[in-house]
Amino acid sequence: MPLPAQLGQNRPAARPRSLNAHAIEDLRYIRETMERAGSFTAVSGWGQIAVGIIAFAAALLALGSSSAERVVWTWIAAAVASATVAGLSMAHKARKAGVPLLSGPGRKFALGFVPPLAAGALLTAALYRAGLLTWLPPVWLLLFGASVVAGGAFSVRVVPVMGFCFMLLGGCALVAPPAWGTYLMAAGFGGLHVVFGIIIAVKHGG
Amino acid sequence: MPEFDRLIHERVRLGIVSALAVSESMTFNDLKQLLKTTDGNLSVHARKLEDADYIACSKSFEGRLPRTEYRLTPAGRRALERYLDHMEALIRAMREG
Repeated sequence: MPLPAQLGQNRPAARPRSLNAHAIEDLRYIRETMERAGSFTAVSGWGQIAVGIIAFAAALLALGSSSAERVVWTWIAAAVASATVAGLSMAHKARKAGVPLLSGPGRKFALGFVPPLAAGALLTAALYRAGLLTWLPPVWLLLFGASVVAGGAFSVRVVPVMGFCFMLLGGCALVAPPAWGTYLMAAGFGGLHVVFGIIIAVKHGG
Repeated sequence: MPEFDRLIHERVRLGIVSALAVSESMTFNDLKQLLKTTDGNLSVHARKLEDADYIACSKSFEGRLPRTEYRLTPAGRRALERYLDHMEALIRAMREG
């Protein structure tokens, strides 16, 4: 078998133990390179936790709100703040990991993530104009979930799983009494972001 | 056991093949950043892989900027699989021995 001798050709001091270490090191290098190249791990767990906290704050404000319109604008403001926090935390994590954010995996993530989100924004405008505000929580949960599933198809598995959970909650919101809307939004945009944010932060590098 | 492939044993070439194994395609700049290497170094190693038909290269323009994109060929994928088998077999042999 030619392997040990050949492996040692460029490494004169190679002994069985160091050959073994080299092979393990090679496999680790391959795995790490694949992870950095193929899975968009720049989704920041800490960023997701921050987004969850923003959502809980928005839910509290929404519960204390006097009009349905103010509730809608509270959630829209929270969405803008969350997008900023998520974007900045992703850019930070990508830079730290040496992964290019705006090309390669990042672009694939955006290509999947943006279309359902854009559809959600258009539906929000249409439902708002029609005065059908109680339909917004299920639409937001379902389409945000679809965004995360589509974007996360190129990411670590936990990301699309989070998307499916959002879609499940969106399905529940479709059949639940309208009064539950804010609670389901808090469970989704607050609870799911915090739970999955912790998983991503612990298992996928911050 | 298959022959040991010295061509992808080199670190940068192993990185290129590994990265392309999980990405449909990657640009020269993506690979350069990912592998933290220089233009010259990446060019040399990518050329060797191209010569072996392990990767395919396509050149185009994005606006006025040239864009070089690499893909893994079926031969390159098989080479990586063989290399992984080799490494695993080596580790197994060392543990048993």
